[in-house]
Amino acid sequence: MLDGRPALGRMIPALTAGTISAPMTTTPDVLIRARALTKQFGALTAVDGVDFDVHVGEAFGFLGPNGAGKTSTMRMIACSSPMSSGELSVVGMNPTKQGAQIKARLGVVPQIDNLDAELTVLENLLMYARYFDIPGESARARAAELLDFVQLTDRANDQVEPLSGGMKRRLTIARALINEPELILLDEPTTGLDPQARHLVWDRLYRLKSRGVTLVITTHYMDEAEQLCDRLVVMDHAKIVAEGSPRELIERYSTREVLELRLTDATRASLNGRLDSVAERVEDLPDRILLYAADGEQALEKIHAQQIPIESALVRRSTLEDVFLRLTGRTLIE
Amino acid sequence: MAVVVRPAAAPPLIPGAIASFLRARRLVQRNAMVYRHTWIVIVSGFFEPLFYLLGIGYGLGTIVGTLPLPDGRIITYAAFVAPALLAQSTMNGAISETIFNVFFKLNFEKTYDAILATPLGITDIALGELMWALIRATIYAAAFVAVMLAMGLLISPWAILALPASLLASIAFCSAGLEVTTYLRTVQDFDLPFGLVIMPMFLFSGTFFPISVYPPIIQIVVQFTPLYHAIAMLRGLTIGLVDWTMLVHVGYLVVFAAIGMFVARRRLATKLVK
Ligand SMILES: Nc1ncnc2c1ncn2[C@@H]1O[C@H](COP(=O)(O)OP(=O)(O)O)[C@@H](O)[C@H]1O
Ligand SMILES: [Mg+2]
Repeated sequence: MLDGRPALGRMIPALTAGTISAPMTTTPDVLIRARALTKQFGALTAVDGVDFDVHVGEAFGFLGPNGAGKTSTMRMIACSSPMSSGELSVVGMNPTKQGAQIKARLGVVPQIDNLDAELTVLENLLMYARYFDIPGESARARAAELLDFVQLTDRANDQVEPLSGGMKRRLTIARALINEPELILLDEPTTGLDPQARHLVWDRLYRLKSRGVTLVITTHYMDEAEQLCDRLVVMDHAKIVAEGSPRELIERYSTREVLELRLTDATRASLNGRLDSVAERVEDLPDRILLYAADGEQALEKIHAQQIPIESALVRRSTLEDVFLRLTGRTLIE
Repeated sequence: MAVVVRPAAAPPLIPGAIASFLRARRLVQRNAMVYRHTWIVIVSGFFEPLFYLLGIGYGLGTIVGTLPLPDGRIITYAAFVAPALLAQSTMNGAISETIFNVFFKLNFEKTYDAILATPLGITDIALGELMWALIRATIYAAAFVAVMLAMGLLISPWAILALPASLLASIAFCSAGLEVTTYLRTVQDFDLPFGLVIMPMFLFSGTFFPISVYPPIIQIVVQFTPLYHAIAMLRGLTIGLVDWTMLVHVGYLVVFAAIGMFVARRRLATKLVK
């Protein structure tokens, strides 16, 4: 509170006119607006004419497999990478012309941590604060607060390199918060982390969200997208193939339940489409068969009735993984 | 819905160049923060030219004896060599920073990628690294000028300009260093500039003897190097041989620095912005 800014836990719940200084190309509650946004690397089109809006206060996700174009999209939003064509507005400003002003208001967690290896944990935050012109005293207060927030206070004076992957990730998140951004871009925030480290990151992101910070997250984990995102787009081969809340997407593109069957190769060879009548849709995967039905148990009973020998069967709810499979014919993580 | 909104950053009221300088100084602060842990590295860089001065200037100097100047004065060999070593000390400082340190930040540590996510841009980074390297080179130059003063090697009143002149030389070396670094891809690539440019330049740019001892063709080649001009300029000042050729040296270094900065800025942008 030293510089009159609200502390992390006490941010002001208000959106007043005049908070967005530059020419308004968006309605006030749209923080990011992209139309036909395209990124080309030579002949390769990494992002192919995508449209999306991110609203104030929401957690917005890009879900897609490796190479879908998520990072390229994020880097354009972060003003780190110039767009090839299309329109993009971030916090009401134009990244091509007002990069520095936009970046002053963003927090960026890149896919690969790029902490300053020549500085200590605390120095990383203090130095980042300086890049944002945050005066020394409030920078120190803020850094202490953030180290506490990401549970790294006891490592403040350590070098960065010996930290675990989860700790580095948390420090990168803390660093992204140093300028009290209204919008945070997180590129695969938990990839490569063990489950415990992952949950800690998720928990911190929930807290930010509940404080009204807008989050944009990319992930190829469907559980992460389901847990964190209010709304998401599914990306594949540089394009957006679907958009909605996790629930809407599941309702639209999948059934309520899924029956996962494992059969012997011999059984599979002799099925001759006998499962088709049991479910609304059948997906043949190399290691298992997915039967999409409103009631998985009922489908399983029908299969038992047909006396098909089953190695194992599992009934579960539909997830975004199923949505992705339906939309692209492929699984998210090969 | 709870929403966090703060007033946008104030629109830039300060002229672009000053604003960029203000942002660029963050790089200087960053490097100073790093050297709080490793200041000894900076101190050690001062000793190399000092050892050359003691070993060659005075050691070899006892055999060489004194040198006659065109205007009839006679100077010691140490007074002849010292300004060249002053030029070399600024070059050392410039190279350590703009070649070694920038290379690692650029290629391995991804330091600049992180900085580019903040309001700083490519120009700020290039300018900031240049400023820091200049500071380091100037510390060496100032320390060496102090040594020369203490040893009585500043034998002309013109020597009062030695420090500003070495600042000009530093700018040229720092810009060139930054430029070269953007072309280095691997650690092996260092061999080329160091083995084939910097080392021979140090030996043959009139450092230890006048270039008039070489055949004309070599003399011409030498006159294309920045170190030759830096040495000739500084030597002219410290031994008091000042004529119109000083303007040639100054002009050369100014143009050389400008080209270096321009190319370095452009190359950094292609390397960092994708
Ligand atoms: N700097 C680059 N130069 C050339 N191609 C790139 C570059 N960055 C990404 N790509 C390519 O663009 C495509 C999308 O990559 P990316 O945006 O990183 O996808 P994702 O983050 O979804 O894995 C990939 O085919 C990738 O190889
Ligand atoms: Mg990616």
